[in-house]
Amino acid sequence: MKRYFKKIVRKNEFYVLLTIVVLSLVIGALDQSGSFFSIGNAIDMMRSMTTTVIFALAAMIIIITGGIDVSFPAVAAFAMYTTTKILSDSHYEGPVWIAFVMSAGIGLLLGLFNAAVISFFKLPAFIATLGTQSIYFSVVTTFVGSKQITNMNLPIGITNYSKEYLVSIKQGDVLFTLPSAILFTVVITIIVFVLLRYTMLGRGIYALGGDRIAAQRAGFNVRRIEFFAFGFVGLISGIAGIIHTTLMRNSFPYDLSGREMLVIAAVVLGGTRITGGYGTVTGTILGVLLVTIVNNNLILLGIPSEWQTFVTGLLIIIGTGITAYQNLKMRRKVQILAEK
Amino acid sequence: MSEVFLKATNINKAFAGVQALKNVNLTINKGEICCLAGENGSGKSTLIKIIAGAYKPDSGEIEINGKKYSAVTPKDTIREGIQIIYQDFSIFPNLTVAENIALNSELARNKKLVNWKSVYDTAKKALEMINVQIDLDARVADLSVADKQLIAISRALLQNAKLIIMDEPTTALTKKEIDSLFTVIDGLRKQGISILFVSHKIEEVFALAEKITILRNGENVISDDVKNFDRPKFIYYMTGRELNETYYEAQKTSKEPIMKVENIGKKGCFADISFELHSGEILGITGLLGSGRTELALALFGKEPIDTGKIFIDGKEVRLRDVKTAIRHGISYVPEDRLTEGLFLTQSISRNVVASVIDRLKGRMLFLSKPKMKEITSHWVSDLKIKTANVEDPVQTLSGGNQQRVVLAKWLATQPKVLILNGPTVGVDIGSKNDIHNILRRLADEGMAIVIISDDIPEVLYNCNRILIMRKGRIVGEFGGKSLTEELLAQKLTS
Repeated sequence: MKRYFKKIVRKNEFYVLLTIVVLSLVIGALDQSGSFFSIGNAIDMMRSMTTTVIFALAAMIIIITGGIDVSFPAVAAFAMYTTTKILSDSHYEGPVWIAFVMSAGIGLLLGLFNAAVISFFKLPAFIATLGTQSIYFSVVTTFVGSKQITNMNLPIGITNYSKEYLVSIKQGDVLFTLPSAILFTVVITIIVFVLLRYTMLGRGIYALGGDRIAAQRAGFNVRRIEFFAFGFVGLISGIAGIIHTTLMRNSFPYDLSGREMLVIAAVVLGGTRITGGYGTVTGTILGVLLVTIVNNNLILLGIPSEWQTFVTGLLIIIGTGITAYQNLKMRRKVQILAEK
Repeated sequence: MSEVFLKATNINKAFAGVQALKNVNLTINKGEICCLAGENGSGKSTLIKIIAGAYKPDSGEIEINGKKYSAVTPKDTIREGIQIIYQDFSIFPNLTVAENIALNSELARNKKLVNWKSVYDTAKKALEMINVQIDLDARVADLSVADKQLIAISRALLQNAKLIIMDEPTTALTKKEIDSLFTVIDGLRKQGISILFVSHKIEEVFALAEKITILRNGENVISDDVKNFDRPKFIYYMTGRELNETYYEAQKTSKEPIMKVENIGKKGCFADISFELHSGEILGITGLLGSGRTELALALFGKEPIDTGKIFIDGKEVRLRDVKTAIRHGISYVPEDRLTEGLFLTQSISRNVVASVIDRLKGRMLFLSKPKMKEITSHWVSDLKIKTANVEDPVQTLSGGNQQRVVLAKWLATQPKVLILNGPTVGVDIGSKNDIHNILRRLADEGMAIVIISDDIPEVLYNCNRILIMRKGRIVGEFGGKSLTEELLAQKLTS
């Protein structure tokens, strides 16, 4: 029992959860309006986590392989805007799934292009995706368009889907709704979990991040794993893009840019190591939850929104600092011979 | 039991015009422990890589289990049951012990899904095969080097290994760990598995091998039963010259100690350490890994300052708060791991040599004086006989022995009174090792006070006129070098 407890305490997820609980209690205690611990607020937070969780899983997968991908918002924006533009220009009136398939397909291609650039030039993923993300943004805004596609012009399938709710609750005059798009997030989360934990491909992703040469010697097809990882990440980013459109009820390529840093911050807070090889789905979801609580609710305490990023920054430093400090302490232990 | 498992005949291999192997032969019998010895650059690793299928020989023939190949591929090798354990073990620090052991064989069986129960079962069985216990849930990054090696060995066994090739397996192990590794290897031999053991450490070769094959400059020098070798003969074949091992006697030591420490201690590292160090002597401090020897060295160099006790230099009490203070008091420290702590690998030899005396090189207008740099570098390159064509070449182009000389030069350039060396010849071959020892003896004879911290028993025994033994953070004995033998010293370290 004690050993089991020790094991939990050593896990990063434990500390993230602890921080979440403490932070929630503090906010709940200080919040005069009592709106923090309300179903409405819970629904609101789940709503804003819908796309962030998908992006965070995407970022996590690449970080585990030992790289950093900063292009996923650009991939999502490209896929989303191109899809909605084509469908609205052609006055498409069919079901919504075609939008998802198109966007996912475009995302997949862009992800594979990332992998191709990385493997052809042997570039670090960070540099390569820094380059491709500018290219993707610029191509979509130059050649596809940069005007907002508003609710009125969106394909009817997407507009209808955006009104499909899993839950809708009325609190006072306000209607809180949880779009059924969150089911995508749930399914993708389960897929990523199973992929990473129960498939050789998933273990290959960890092995690659642990020691690339050892992975090669063990017989992993390192290049194939990389193409898979970037392709998969592109695909789920494309899906997240369309979900974003259904949540916002408009499609605008500039919407998603700049999301990458906050998402990577959430992933790192969740215990994924930026150097690769370590990271869990549970941790990442907790990380996103923590960042969402900070971003959505500090305002309830009257803390100005400028200060929210300060708190996020502080959490990152403290969160990653604790693990680093623990590792340092573990290494220092030497037993001295008892007094003669 | 003299059935041949592997026979390599007349292997030739050249790299960019340099002949790395010339008509090399190697035979390994079933269930035999064979040692492949040779200095750095003798062609040992090239030969292994050819057997592994990583390199293609230019000519020659390899026969495995009666089947002839002109060149093997990595796949042939694995199918024939040849497993190689590299110096870095090729393991995944971020994964658990169980997964590290079982992953390769799961992959080889072309599995797509992971069955965690079978991973654990396989790993457990593999560890039972070599009769060791390691927590299957532990992350490999948290384990000792010895445990990592056992993981690599048990992983190799899972692939139905018939020949295990180990590339310098004991480099980072302590004496005790080496002993238990040897027990494991002996157990494997009894199961009929052949071992090819690459090493240049004499003690190990004699303790373990049944047959020795020595390479020098890419050619076979000798291949014979171990019983036909003795130490001088082995060294002679390795180096091509006769080296004599004599005890070091301090020529003239100063009357007053140059350095004196009184009851110094550091929490969690060591306690109650007292000794005197005179100029002109070489003091050995030895102990197992974790005995506090490295921590003591770092404390004397001011890197990890002491909590209690006093240190005197030339009779005056000093507080070694940081490295700068230590250097000002004439103390220099040659670190344990030259690659990460001692050298700027990608920088030139000359920049490395002057790195510690950069303040003295100021020329006009705060710029470094090129002539002064050149003067210092060329002095040390010739004094320490660093073999290099050009001092502007990066340090990483040098061999281990020459790299170590650059580290030495860097600190000697500060003209220290006390030189502390931590593992001065780790990963250095016998010839260069002997040269480095001779340099240290000469420096001591010229009046420097030298401290050698090492767990290399012959090194401490033959080169130090006084030896302190540390165990669990305390000094447990002091001996004159001549009063001990290798066996006795080894015993005192562990008991």
